[in-house]
Amino acid sequence: MKKRNHRLMARLIRENLRYFSWAAVLSITSVLLGFFTPAVLAEVLDNYLQGMPSRLPGFITQWVNALGGREYMRAHLWIPGLTIVLISVVSGACNFLKGRLTAIGSERAARRLRNDLYAHLQELPFAYHSKTPTGDLVQRCTSDVDTTRRFFAMQLLNIVDALMMVGIALALLIPISLKITLISMFIMPALFLFAWQFFKLIIKAFRTADEAEGHMTTVLQENLTGVRVVQAFGQAQRELEKYDAAASDTRDKFMKLSWLDAIYWSSGDLMGMLQTLLTLVFCLMEARAGRISVGDIVVFTSYIGMLLWPVRNLGRVLSQGGRTMVALERIDEILRQKQEKDVDGAITPELMGDIVFARVNFKYEEGGEVLKDLSFTIKAGQTAAILGATGSGKSSIALLLQRLYAPQSGSIKIGEVDIQSIQRKHLRNRVGLVLQEPFLYSKTIYDNLRIAAPEANKQQVEAAASDAQALQFIEESEKGWDTMVGERGVTLSGGQKQRAAIARTLLKDNDVLIFDDSLSAVDTQTDARIREALKERSRDVTTLIISHRILTLSQADIIFVLEEGRITDSGSHEQLISRPGLYQRIHQIQSGLEDEFVAQASLEQSV
Amino acid sequence: MSDFSYLEEQDYTKKFDPKLFGKLFVQLRRHWKSMGFVALMMVVLAVTDVFIPLLTRHAIDNYIVVNEAGQSLLPFILVYLVIIALQVSSIFFFILVAGRIESRVNYDMRMKGFRKLQELPFSYYDRTSVGFLMSRLTSDVTHLAEAFGWGLVDLVWASIFLISVTIAMLIINWQLALLVLLVVPVLAVITVWFQKRILKAQREVRKINSRITGSFNEGIMGAKTTKTLVLEAQNVAEFETLTGNMRKAAVRAATLSALFMPLVIAVSSIASALVLGQGASQVLGGVLSLGTLTAFVSYSVQFFHPIRDIAAAFSELQRIQAAAERVVSLLETEPDIKDSPEVVAKYGDNFRPKKENWEKIQGAVEFRDVTFRYKDGETVLTHFNLKVKPGKTVAIVGPTGAGKSTIVNLLCRFYEPTHGSILIDGRDYRERSQLWLQSSLGYVLQEPHLFSGTVMDNLRYANPEATEEEAMAAARLVNADAFIQKMDKGYLSQVGEGGGRLSTGEKQLISFARAILHNPRLFVLDEATSSVDTETEMLIQHAIEQTLAGRTSFIIAHRLSTIRKADRILLLEDGVITEEGRHEELLAKRGAYYQLYTNQFREEAASAVLGAGKREKEKEQKDK
Repeated sequence: MKKRNHRLMARLIRENLRYFSWAAVLSITSVLLGFFTPAVLAEVLDNYLQGMPSRLPGFITQWVNALGGREYMRAHLWIPGLTIVLISVVSGACNFLKGRLTAIGSERAARRLRNDLYAHLQELPFAYHSKTPTGDLVQRCTSDVDTTRRFFAMQLLNIVDALMMVGIALALLIPISLKITLISMFIMPALFLFAWQFFKLIIKAFRTADEAEGHMTTVLQENLTGVRVVQAFGQAQRELEKYDAAASDTRDKFMKLSWLDAIYWSSGDLMGMLQTLLTLVFCLMEARAGRISVGDIVVFTSYIGMLLWPVRNLGRVLSQGGRTMVALERIDEILRQKQEKDVDGAITPELMGDIVFARVNFKYEEGGEVLKDLSFTIKAGQTAAILGATGSGKSSIALLLQRLYAPQSGSIKIGEVDIQSIQRKHLRNRVGLVLQEPFLYSKTIYDNLRIAAPEANKQQVEAAASDAQALQFIEESEKGWDTMVGERGVTLSGGQKQRAAIARTLLKDNDVLIFDDSLSAVDTQTDARIREALKERSRDVTTLIISHRILTLSQADIIFVLEEGRITDSGSHEQLISRPGLYQRIHQIQSGLEDEFVAQASLEQSV
Repeated sequence: MSDFSYLEEQDYTKKFDPKLFGKLFVQLRRHWKSMGFVALMMVVLAVTDVFIPLLTRHAIDNYIVVNEAGQSLLPFILVYLVIIALQVSSIFFFILVAGRIESRVNYDMRMKGFRKLQELPFSYYDRTSVGFLMSRLTSDVTHLAEAFGWGLVDLVWASIFLISVTIAMLIINWQLALLVLLVVPVLAVITVWFQKRILKAQREVRKINSRITGSFNEGIMGAKTTKTLVLEAQNVAEFETLTGNMRKAAVRAATLSALFMPLVIAVSSIASALVLGQGASQVLGGVLSLGTLTAFVSYSVQFFHPIRDIAAAFSELQRIQAAAERVVSLLETEPDIKDSPEVVAKYGDNFRPKKENWEKIQGAVEFRDVTFRYKDGETVLTHFNLKVKPGKTVAIVGPTGAGKSTIVNLLCRFYEPTHGSILIDGRDYRERSQLWLQSSLGYVLQEPHLFSGTVMDNLRYANPEATEEEAMAAARLVNADAFIQKMDKGYLSQVGEGGGRLSTGEKQLISFARAILHNPRLFVLDEATSSVDTETEMLIQHAIEQTLAGRTSFIIAHRLSTIRKADRILLLEDGVITEEGRHEELLAKRGAYYQLYTNQFREEAASAVLGAGKREKEKEQKDK
């Protein structure tokens, strides 16, 4: 598992290597320049003020000598001053460019992660979305991506900087005094070891904290999605307690992390400062013995800072790196999920033929058998209907036909072709399915209808809306076609949503149309009008209607009665009402009401 | 899109706003002590930081330049050790406490936000998406908390250090000190210039960030529909545009920050140069000791560390302001529906009800001259009047958009009348608390929402005190027992997020049982059984009647079976009651109600006959 995170991290770096490597070059330049300032200061203090020999490289000394040497510099002290300013301007320019390049690199990496996550989530199977809490996914896609982004933006180059600084500091210190250099390095191995141990601890602590945060986000997301129910039952207090538990847990776990941080940083600093003191005392003793100069002390103390700072900072890098590893691991858990796949050489045939279910057995991951040895045929161009009790497996048939799930055994063929061998996007494009609880996107109603057929023109959209009996409510709403719907828009009633969803599906060019109880929330009159329009519109389209209304079912060419995952009867309306069974019973209930109504009406009339 | 943007995002245009931070600071008064402690630690750290160069100067001047043999280094080492001890312990404590503040502020702000979200009415949720709200309580709050924990640390340390260094420099050599201070006004100008621009850029980033959260949320929630319509590629393309905008905005903001810091450093290096030039000539002139110059040079370099930190803290503040605005605006959202202080005093609020003061609801309902307009200006009801006696069942029928759901939503106080009043047991319901009403409410929606958890958890959602037997009895009453028993773990089966593992009909039954278990005085059924199959519906019809007996209830339904036994049926058209009465009375009237149903049946009968006739003819032809 860990290896995969490394790979993800490596991939992100590799893709933006251009930016990060240029940033590293600039960063190194600015680190190098950083060493010049103390050198200039030392030159002034030692050489110009105290008359000690220059330590600058030969060619600079030659320039200085050409100008007039130490005396000249003493008279023109603005020259070293200007040098310092110039150094900081150049190094500032480097830092600016480095900052910009790092930002570009890290934002590109973050964008890449976001895009990959989004695209991957879109391609994950139906079953995955049925079982994974949205809030946790959102937390991984936002907060974990942000952790990664920040690592790239702030810590990645620190590694380069740190190594560079150690290298340069050593290169400068060793010529001055190997002994002192060794003494200043004394503590290094211990610091490294210490940082490494901590890295492991932090990863562990952060993982539990991050998981707690994911859980907390899930609680929040669920509460917000169901807020109407919460309020309707006056359960705010209990929801608050639930969220409190999750939020406290997150807080406590992050506080534990603070403990680790506090111990780590303070003990690291303790070692570092003791090291500085040790070196300083040593320097003082050396200087007293006349082996090094005052300038050397200045150089040493500031270079030792440079030596210790990166090592300390490496700890920060490691600690952030540990968090990033955990974040990437959580991101990778999503990316590792298997996407829906087509078989090799998947085909894209016409789907105008007969639909044949042959001995289909199907169950969901959890729970019992839903469809048992199910076989039936719908002839091409026919309208078929399914009647069945709640939970009898009607919706599963619809989902199977779009290959949102696959049966455990048996085959489903359309026009002699097993749908498992058809490209799934092709299949779904040709087989229109209107879900029981359709989702509308945060767009205008116009865009929502056109979404699956972007090339449709206004007339076509209007015609589809009209057929779905949605035209009236759309045109009557205040902003008409520009009304926003979905989460950010007006609240449509269940019936309006269903009609919008039907119109949306009608706009596509379908070979097969499936209505999964998609008319449950519209009144019977509207239902009848929609079916009337459908008849006109999709004459050659094989249609499957799932409904509880006999009225809706009765006009189908063939009606299947589904009970507990098996087809117990089939035939036309007339055939089914003439023999005992579920269909007849339901017909009696529904027409009984009707008879009663008519009888009552005539009774009232006669009175 | 643009005319709807007010729904998703307020646009923030204010400049740096100290008041905002003041407000936040007051919100966080619980943490003042800890913050004070961190500040104290930072003072110790800053002051000791100032001491270190002084010590070094002392060492150089006394041990080397003067070079008095025999002077012991021991006092120097001891003082240094004390300073180390002070520094290390203050570092330990400030990290610990700042980290704790961060976690606690996170927690506090989240709880405050969550509490506020529970108080906000339906009308708020009608125009705010879940994703936007989530990004406020997750990433915006995280940014804020981090700033309060650590930003404060930097700011205090930097300020104290700055002051200490300034004082130290002024004492040692005030002329040189003034040279250093010369660049401060220049830095101030630079800071102000950048501050404005960085803030603007950061606002853009935060805004897009919350859009991205929203998109993720929608992309995941709508994944199933996306599949059925094969919209994956299209959604991904849209999302990529959004992240592309994010990248651009974030790089722009980062570029500004990247420019700001080097500029500050470059300007401050001028001060170092001046000190070096001036100081060195003073040393040559014998006015200044070498040790003093050394200390000064190191001060002048150090002086700008805190300035850099303050500048960084400022640019951090810009970032925080963008997040703070969004969090504070949530916390300050005034719910449209709110209990008055007097009501809260007597009946308690949504979280701490004073049930002992609650009057028992009899169930008399009256709409008195009620006018209602939605936020977007759509008027649904005008001067609407309705009186319902306790225990009666009222059915509302009528075309879509007539205002049926509005009436029940008003009754439940999910919205309040724009004008007029709604009385329960003869008193305006605004004289009682929301919870008083909602605790007596059984509300079953057409699109039932279940929470993740077991079937049992969901049944007992509204009444956690109910026993398992009671819950199962309620499930049996609505005929849900059979399919629940068939699930993998019976009543302990998980229903999935939003009840996703169940069919709509099953969810409707469970949410019906949930409402029954709540044992309400007022029942509202809004197309509650529209997806339930006919046989089950018939079976539970009796149960429904039994349950509704003695409780005031409002039913919205298309199906005749559910409404014909109602005590009163209202036919609603365009917010106006056009007919009302019992089923038989309305039929006798031969009005719109009669038309509504006879048309339906006639059509049905006609098409059935026609269809049958046609088929028979075809058959005959075939036979021939």
